[in-house]
Amino acid sequence: MMVNESADQLYNFALLDEDAKREIRRSLLKAVALPGHLIPFASRDLPIARGWGTGGLQITLSIITPDDTLKVIDQGDDESVNAVNLRRLIHRTTGVATTTDTPAASLIQTRHRIPEEPLRADQILVLQVPMADPLRWVEPSLERAITMHGETDYGKMWVYLYESVVRAGDLRIASQYPVIVNHRYMMDTTPIPRWDVPKLHMAETLYLFGAGREKRIYAVPPHTPVEPLQFEDYPFRTEYRPGQRCARCGAENTFLTSHFVADANGGRWEMTCSDVAFCAKRQGEQRDR
Amino acid sequence: MLHFVLNDRVNNVIDEDWILRVDHLYKHFGPTCADCHQLTGPTQGRSHCPRCGTVWACVDVNLQLAKGEVLGIVGESGSGKSTLLQMIHLAVQPDRGHIWYRANGETAHDLTTLNRYEARLFRNTHLGIVYQRPELGLNMRFSIGGNVAEKLLLAEWRHFGRIRARTTELMVKTELPPERIDDEPPTFSGGMLQRVQIAKALASRPAILLLDEITSGLDVSVQARILDLLRRIQWEDRITMLLVSHDLGVVRQLARRTIVMKNGHIVEAGLTDQILEDPQHPYTQLLVSSAL
Repeated sequence: MMVNESADQLYNFALLDEDAKREIRRSLLKAVALPGHLIPFASRDLPIARGWGTGGLQITLSIITPDDTLKVIDQGDDESVNAVNLRRLIHRTTGVATTTDTPAASLIQTRHRIPEEPLRADQILVLQVPMADPLRWVEPSLERAITMHGETDYGKMWVYLYESVVRAGDLRIASQYPVIVNHRYMMDTTPIPRWDVPKLHMAETLYLFGAGREKRIYAVPPHTPVEPLQFEDYPFRTEYRPGQRCARCGAENTFLTSHFVADANGGRWEMTCSDVAFCAKRQGEQRDR
Repeated sequence: MLHFVLNDRVNNVIDEDWILRVDHLYKHFGPTCADCHQLTGPTQGRSHCPRCGTVWACVDVNLQLAKGEVLGIVGESGSGKSTLLQMIHLAVQPDRGHIWYRANGETAHDLTTLNRYEARLFRNTHLGIVYQRPELGLNMRFSIGGNVAEKLLLAEWRHFGRIRARTTELMVKTELPPERIDDEPPTFSGGMLQRVQIAKALASRPAILLLDEITSGLDVSVQARILDLLRRIQWEDRITMLLVSHDLGVVRQLARRTIVMKNGHIVEAGLTDQILEDPQHPYTQLLVSSAL
């Protein structure tokens, strides 16, 4: 049993009891062995509500060790309410060091984003997932969806993509872009934007996905092919626009979000890096120069 | 068709050039008992066993389908003809018996040995099916184009432009207005939806087209136009068809050869004209005399 002196001794290390952690780790092993396949798990009650990251949190709590350095992001921001509270909960029950610097972290729990800085083989990224099954859009029955996954019966999902081109003139799927993992299972990349989807392909890092409400775990192990669904004449594209630029740090190759900046004239919209820690780091480097 | 042996009308044997052969096929639903076979069948006039309640949908069904021919299966409701079609469509697993498939003189394959994944692949590439009710064959939330494209997408077509072109071509072939490619099924009439189903079934150029009561529920003039369309497709593509219907008029118009089913058994088989002009089995006589 792991103990850390600086953790709150009222709780077991990492809050969950050891049996719960063991059960989640078993599901994680299955998930890594079958890349992209949805593995059911018990999904315990936690002191946060369903939909606030319980899936990701349970994965983090069951794999964290006292030597880890933790980073938690929500919408690309380390300082948003959700990120701050999850980080405080994990820190209080484990006593691990926390950071906002991506290269310094060994374990990163995230929602909506994969950090801009490239991840390494010794890091693990845990994603909080709202909707686990990509077939949810075309097949409401869970039982039939499981059969469809088993038989690689993804025709309906391709029709969904076809309809997207017919209706919008392009593959307009903002997040939850469907991908085929390891040439076998169709997986939802929820909740990351298209921008981050190529980062899953043949990555150095282990990606773990947890959906607490839906009680499912899935994974993309390192060096696994991840191919987005696309047509030959309508290829998959990220949100990149030529000439785009962050208004704060000037980065030209990052995922941007719009912010409203109030000033004397009433205010204006600004496009800035979604990865706030990365943006701040670049701004600091520019000041030092 | 000339290989047909006239004096053997029940076991209609064509030794050469067959594409599909059904051997001693059985299917029942229920627990079965020792007396089932004595208490059911056309002579008893029932397919459910009065002792144990088992329904015998197909009992010792044999048939052969020659390449390019249209075979009709007639019979009343509950005679087992739809169950037979579903078994050939590999949607229902038979209890016993074999379904042999042989394409272009290759070695024959027993379709009953395929696992679910292989069966799905076979269905997508070699079979096309048209149901009586369009809701069974079409997804009402997708557009007409999407429904037809589903078969092409399953066959690994990944070029949107080519999929659109093929879908339009199929719509023209089935006499659907190509400009309505992006409309949704609920905005189409019943007869048009049957055309959409036919277009979808033909999309992957299947070897066998299965037609399950496709004109039931349509008015007579629409019915006639659908039959004209099928006759034209059969003439142009030389496609093999299995036509299930309770309507002797439909079978007479399309099928060269016909099988009559009653209570899960084949009671008579032969050339359609022969069966209609000179029915041998009492049930067929009743069927012919009651029509019109």
